Amino acid sequence: MDAKDILGLPKNSLPIPQEKKSRPPKDSQRKPDGISREVYALTGGLAPLMPAIDSSQLKKQPPKDEKITWQWLPFTNSARKDTLQLYHWVRVVNGVPPTGDYSFAKYNKSVDIVKYTDEEYEKYLNDPGWTKEETDQLFDLCQQFDLRFIVIADRFSSSRTVEELKDRYYSVCRAVVVARAPALGDISGNPVVKEPYNVSQEIERKRALSMVLSQTKHQERKDAEVLAEAKKITESRMAAKVAEESELPVPSNAGPESAERASFPGDTVSPSSNVQLPSATVASSALTADNASTLASLRMLRVYLRTYALDQMVQAASSSAGLRTIKRVEQTLQELGVNLKPRVPTKSVCAEHLELRKEILTLLNLQKQLQYKEAEGSSFRDGSYADTPSTPKDRTFVPDMSFGGERVGKRDQKRKAPGRLSEAPSSPAQSKRPRKLKASEL
Amino acid sequence: MSHLTISARKQGEYQSDDGASAPKQPRLKFGKSAEDTDKKGASRRLKDVEICVPIVYGTIAFYLGRKASESQSHKWTVYVRGATNEDLGVVIKRVVFQLHPSFNNPTRVVESPPFELSECGWGEFEIAISLFFHSDVCDKQVDLYHHLKLYPEDESGPQSTKKPVVMESYNEIVFPDPSENFLARVQNHPAVIVPRLPAGFNLPDPVPIENLHEREKGDTKDHPHSQWFMNFSEADELLKLAAARQQVQAHIIKLRRQLSMMDGLPQLSKPPTGYEFT
Repeated sequence: MDAKDILGLPKNSLPIPQEKKSRPPKDSQRKPDGISREVYALTGGLAPLMPAIDSSQLKKQPPKDEKITWQWLPFTNSARKDTLQLYHWVRVVNGVPPTGDYSFAKYNKSVDIVKYTDEEYEKYLNDPGWTKEETDQLFDLCQQFDLRFIVIADRFSSSRTVEELKDRYYSVCRAVVVARAPALGDISGNPVVKEPYNVSQEIERKRALSMVLSQTKHQERKDAEVLAEAKKITESRMAAKVAEESELPVPSNAGPESAERASFPGDTVSPSSNVQLPSATVASSALTADNASTLASLRMLRVYLRTYALDQMVQAASSSAGLRTIKRVEQTLQELGVNLKPRVPTKSVCAEHLELRKEILTLLNLQKQLQYKEAEGSSFRDGSYADTPSTPKDRTFVPDMSFGGERVGKRDQKRKAPGRLSEAPSSPAQSKRPRKLKASEL
Repeated sequence: MSHLTISARKQGEYQSDDGASAPKQPRLKFGKSAEDTDKKGASRRLKDVEICVPIVYGTIAFYLGRKASESQSHKWTVYVRGATNEDLGVVIKRVVFQLHPSFNNPTRVVESPPFELSECGWGEFEIAISLFFHSDVCDKQVDLYHHLKLYPEDESGPQSTKKPVVMESYNEIVFPDPSENFLARVQNHPAVIVPRLPAGFNLPDPVPIENLHEREKGDTKDHPHSQWFMNFSEADELLKLAAARQQVQAHIIKLRRQLSMMDGLPQLSKPPTGYEFT
């Protein structure tokens, strides 16, 4: 079916021959060669992309000229240290038994444990906390148990912790390697030399891991909450601190320059004054706080691009505006013939751009206000206006700006359903038609 | 000239240093570096001073015409240059251009100005340009992205081998708190915009960076492609922005009047949070 699609062939070309054809292909689907039907169904009933079993191989007969017998023969295992001879069935071809070592001997791997001589012990490996017998025993066990320290700790005669055993083992290895190397440069790549075992760190790490593992769900949630709270507190502290700085010396917020100026003496303000900030100040200076904190965070960077700085400042200025408002700002910019992203983003161009955006926001907001006023006025007339005006973000209807400068709100008188401001249907229409709000849109 | 207006503005931002006193405690955080002239070290940073490097980056592509083959139809160059074609080598140590993986060794490093790279190819893709600065400038890199354009906007007619397809973008690299050494080194360099420092501000003698003298000139004033370089002047945009602002401000005034008339009060009703600027 798909192949036909790809080739562009019509799907139902010949109905009659297709009936006949449909049966044999189905048959071959159901009865694949080489495997019985039920077994094939186990694989899901579909042919695999790559044939897992070459079905021709299954019917193959062994070559006629080979005579195969099976014999019960003895064998030796090179992995064994003794000369034990065991017996097993062997496939003999034409009277010649197979050669080679026992096939499983190659799996007998073990770790190469360092072996020190007694003189080496005397010279380099003496340690006040360990006797020679203990060290020897440790190394025997390491050899026997392939450095499985948990097991070794269990078998160790005196009760030493796993970390102590590891510490002793790795420091002995290190000392031996260092002593045996002709020059330090040869072994500096050896991991034992490069990263020595750190007992205290290991103990601490394991303790921390077990703590994390054993935390209950309740504790986890509490931890997450506390962290989130702490983060919020530090953020609000920073914003409030910066807001206070910008509030005190400069009452009017004229823009980024003044905020910059203001933040200089601000470092002397003590953190404790943050707590006493009245919430009203914080609220009204939220916008400047945004600006100032963006500036502060830009300063923290060692380097940034002018376009990045502008983006951050624009975001900060529009932080309290909804998505639709931001879209309207951009619409307005386009109508004014201004690039959404300045083509030559120099410092002054970016500053002007930012100011323009802020002014447009102010303008849009004033229009909304006017809207409210009109609505209130008309509701007194109609007497059926029940809802209170919602917060600016919910208001989606903003009359377009007409640069010819006319009345903005009179159309609302025609509106029948009070609380229902025109929603989505009118907005796309607005964006299509430049600057003319028709009564038909309402 | 635009540079003058910039520095004039920046001057206005400066706190006037009471440069006479030299307090013993380090007050590096407040950036009154003039008071710390007794302190040594080129690693001191200047908080009030913002160094700005205007750059232009982009591509220029020539159709090869008769010499074009299936896989190599265009010869293009990607570059980073100073906006006024000055030598960027004082600031930028090297530039790494990351090309499409179908190119051999797609990571191309250019160690000296002019920072550019030429190649032949047939496909358009996004080139990642990473700028690495000298050690006294900044240890963080800056990444730019540019879409290589080979084919002209209007696809009508055959491509010309004489007229290339040029795509350039203007941007400015800003170093908000440069080290003293950096500032001293580039103070009078034409590629860099440095604000005027307050009077009495003493900078130490600059420690030169490695092999700056041995370099040949790295500016792009006489670059073979310089005739195609675009001009980026902020004057147009400033004019447009100023006109737009005027319009918007006039409108705001009108609306305010309307609102106050509706209220019958001399002043506005309570302004919603955040938007009002008096």
